[in-house]
Amino acid sequence: MRYAYYPGCSLKSSAYDYERSTRAICPELGVELEEIHDWNCCGATAIPSVDPTASAVLAARNLALAEATDVNGAEAVTVAAACSSCYAMLTRALNYYREDPAMRGLIGQALAAGGRTLAGTVKVKHLLEIIVNDVGLEAVKALVRKPLSGLKVAPYYGCLIVRPKGAFDDAEQPMALDRLLAVLGAQVVPFERKTKCCGGALMTTKEKSALRLNEDLLHEASSKGADVIAVVCPMCQMNLDAYQSNVNTAYGTHYRMPVMYFTQLMGLAFGLNERRLAVGKGTVSHAAVLKRMGV
Amino acid sequence: MEPNLQVLREGDLDHGFAGLVRSYPGAGKILGCIQCGTCTGSCQLAQDMDYTPRRIIEMVRAGLKDEVLSSKAIWYCASCYSCTVRCPKDIKVTEVMYALRALSLRRRRSRSVGLSPVFYSTFSRLVNTLGKMYEAGLIVLVALRSNPFRLVKLAPVGGRMFFQGKLGLLPKRVAGRAEIQKMLAKTAALQAEALEARRSPGGGGVIDAAGDAGAHDGARLHGRAIPGSLETGVLP
Repeated sequence: MRYAYYPGCSLKSSAYDYERSTRAICPELGVELEEIHDWNCCGATAIPSVDPTASAVLAARNLALAEATDVNGAEAVTVAAACSSCYAMLTRALNYYREDPAMRGLIGQALAAGGRTLAGTVKVKHLLEIIVNDVGLEAVKALVRKPLSGLKVAPYYGCLIVRPKGAFDDAEQPMALDRLLAVLGAQVVPFERKTKCCGGALMTTKEKSALRLNEDLLHEASSKGADVIAVVCPMCQMNLDAYQSNVNTAYGTHYRMPVMYFTQLMGLAFGLNERRLAVGKGTVSHAAVLKRMGV
Repeated sequence: MEPNLQVLREGDLDHGFAGLVRSYPGAGKILGCIQCGTCTGSCQLAQDMDYTPRRIIEMVRAGLKDEVLSSKAIWYCASCYSCTVRCPKDIKVTEVMYALRALSLRRRRSRSVGLSPVFYSTFSRLVNTLGKMYEAGLIVLVALRSNPFRLVKLAPVGGRMFFQGKLGLLPKRVAGRAEIQKMLAKTAALQAEALEARRSPGGGGVIDAAGDAGAHDGARLHGRAIPGSLETGVLP
């Protein structure tokens, strides 16, 4: 299975641990990632706030480049995005191109001005969707050498992997990550706030509000006895992890909750070396997780 | 939230406002709003807003342009899309919020609402220039353009991330920057064309299809058929 890989800006900087663990597990799963040549920023949720139309054009350039990616002669190219925000913004552009005639015309003309064309045949999938649906949980199970037995994991989806479309899992009560973690041998805690928001970019612009949202998440995970929160998005990871001490300061709490990418937990369960997975690169130490796993 | 008991007069309303908002991508269905409040009930930030999402939609339809574009509410949206997936009338409230922010920035109505306008416009300029996000640059530029003291406040988080190797100091660039500039210039030109068509007597083109303007929208609001789901338009 070969995909046109869209890493996005975060995976090349603040979420390099996500990219490294993704790169480590994908060969095990038979997933080949061919990075899209000269991709640009998807626009995240910031550029639509400045120019909703231009942001779709920026995202669509990546789709045009993806369609030109060599995927071993497969009939349609599928983009693999690991960042939920990239996933949502590429999907947004693709849906406007496919479903809105005026937007299709504008995006087509704007791309043409830069010498690109978009057929619109490309598909966009989140890495979690690829692992759960394309690879399949049976195949994942066969790779588990060190089950995450006894590790209590809170499965946190956040927003943009399931909304606005809910294309591969339910927008309110998704189960893909729960099922994946269970296959890895983890004890999945029922996490009611699994699709609540981490605040995203509001951590910069409306910090007080964003800290409240993160306190809600940390409180539930902590009170359910979770050893770790598993995340699928760099923004969620950064807000829950790098700002956890800000939450503690603001709320007088003492959380020390590790926040790890689901790819890191998969790699650990596959018995991969923790350095290859960039485990330990959280602001909150991962030591307690490794200890519980006996690594 | 303080109750707003201001008396409105016909002359205070901008009847073209709803049409303008509806010309933005994804914002076409606002006239179908039944004011059920599902958006507000789904919003984790509603408690921090000066007007709730339900109210913002109604204010747009009523033509309270200045109030909406200078509101704090539009900058509290986290783009979580909870309202969008739950709206029984299929209104893409998140996309409406994008449109309102863009209009607010364009009309410079956003000066008094804190850091958000600076953050979003700086983010956009950086990406338009480099083709990629440059996190360290964003943090520094936003601080310099708002309050340099922020750098001191952000130092602990920045330091933690830097020592984990998570804060790249140098920007990354796209090779095809010239190509991106051409695409953005063409986008701007097409938007200007659409705006011109909208302003000219009789309107026309793309925007008209989205259901243009003023009195027209008012008439619909006062009992005539509410148009369907024409979600077109690209302005301004």
